[in-house]
Amino acid sequence: MYWSEEIETIGRKELEKLQLRRLRTSLRRAASSRFYRELFQNAAIKPEEIRSLKDLTRLPFTTKADLRHSYPGGMLAVDPEKVVRIHASSGTTGQSTVVYHTAHDLDGWTDLVTRCLVMAGCTPRDIFQNMMSYGLFTGGLGLHYGAERLGMMVIPVGGGNTDRQIQFFRDFGTTVIHITPSYALHLNDVIKDMGLSHRDFKLRLLIFGAEPYSEATRAKIVEAYRVDTYNCYGLSEMNGPGVAFECGASDGMHVWEDNYIVEVIDPESGESLPPGKIGEVVLTTLNREAMPLIRYRTRDLAFLYEDTSCPCGRNFRRLSRIVGRADDMLIVRGVNVFPSQVEQVLMKLPEVGTNYQLLLDRVENLDRMTVRVEISGRMFHGEVGELRALRKKIQHELKEQILLTTEVELMEPGALPPSRGKAKRVIDNREI
Amino acid sequence: MPHQVAVFLENKPGKLERVTGLLAGAGINIRAITIADSGDFGVLKLLVDKPAITCNILAQNGLVATVRRVVAMKIPDKPGGLLNIARILTRQKINIDDAYGFVLKSGETAVFVIQVKDPDTAADLLKAEGIQLLGDNDLYFL
Repeated sequence: MYWSEEIETIGRKELEKLQLRRLRTSLRRAASSRFYRELFQNAAIKPEEIRSLKDLTRLPFTTKADLRHSYPGGMLAVDPEKVVRIHASSGTTGQSTVVYHTAHDLDGWTDLVTRCLVMAGCTPRDIFQNMMSYGLFTGGLGLHYGAERLGMMVIPVGGGNTDRQIQFFRDFGTTVIHITPSYALHLNDVIKDMGLSHRDFKLRLLIFGAEPYSEATRAKIVEAYRVDTYNCYGLSEMNGPGVAFECGASDGMHVWEDNYIVEVIDPESGESLPPGKIGEVVLTTLNREAMPLIRYRTRDLAFLYEDTSCPCGRNFRRLSRIVGRADDMLIVRGVNVFPSQVEQVLMKLPEVGTNYQLLLDRVENLDRMTVRVEISGRMFHGEVGELRALRKKIQHELKEQILLTTEVELMEPGALPPSRGKAKRVIDNREI
Repeated sequence: MPHQVAVFLENKPGKLERVTGLLAGAGINIRAITIADSGDFGVLKLLVDKPAITCNILAQNGLVATVRRVVAMKIPDKPGGLLNIARILTRQKINIDDAYGFVLKSGETAVFVIQVKDPDTAADLLKAEGIQLLGDNDLYFL
């Protein structure tokens, strides 16, 4: 089943012609942003000099740091009047990144998501319960509009509130959900506790997003819910969900190459890697007006499949599941967290030292992040109450910055490895 | 007015041994000890014969310790001994943050230690009620 059959079954030759045409348009558009104008000048390369897809590798990479440094407006490539929406990362102040969208951009994004849903077998008869957060995070709104375009009945319930989620399953006969794998496991525990099972619901499809997980976890979820599951890849810099998506063959995710050029590079050297080799995924937008991104380093590690043909009839290249990160970003309950964000919070609190440790584990299938900090002698007055209040304050500040509820463990000075050298800041005991 | 040493400790085996080891090594005598626990950490409170030295030794060994003044009073070691004090505290509207007691001489004298927001005012009020207050020296050299 296809949403846009003509484009989805395009041959490689035709696709490459289309890619080159769109790449040149993208480069021309990008050059009207301050960031890319300077980048092209410094790289001593004119966008017009890109005459083949191979020439793309002559262009420098764009990084997350570039996005941060050009915040808020440095990468905007259109008249601000044409912008209709922004999405922003959950970064701390000064670390934020923003992505602008014109009506054309949102239309394109929605269309890609609709393609994904149709590829998964969704139809207008489906009831779609979107359990991802809405707002600046792209997981909620991205799938929402795609599902509406397809004509599904959308329940925009957002994340959390497990009892209500289950109630809606029953009240509305939900058939498709968009959920993080860890929350699917947790939800199943609650379903079992309520004495219910998959027989009480009409669920038939689960779309996973926002966090990595293993095949073992997928098997567990399939067994519990008796559903088909589909893996979705995306990042806010590239719109959000819908960059790549699994087809019924459940073997890799097709990258919508009419909208993105995908490369995999060695994260150290920046050299292109051949198919089958794990490296950093690099993406170039081909259909975006407000904020084209050229050779954007996602920091996600994966590999490309050699074979471009697939039983599903699509010739778009397939990307493996994401196997890790080239940086220290953590994904906790679907939220992206950098250890440096925690560090920034702690540095502002005189009651604690700057040494810290992040401990990640799973409790009842939900991620738990524990922040261990050393208390500082200068601010201690000898009361348990003040320490409890301090712990609350740290939890509150962290919640403000990283949008996650954390456990805080107060430690004696010297209990944690010192901040210099190769200190192990993160202990991840989660089994994904 | 006596001084109490408070030490922040992670709630783990071996922590009390570490502190008492340091004190024993420095020849410090403990008169009273109490632990306020809050799950993964606690605060150890000590009445010792050399509070300032104790605090320094602990801090030098990387522990978070602090000294604060407490009010210690002598009460008779007999039924109702504490009740009399409690009545006075109620009447004078003195709120206790933390408290503990110990016996100095069985059947005769006990000590009741309270931690309050304003120890000076509490001491004055208790003295005016005829309660015998104890200083650092009284506690260790009785």
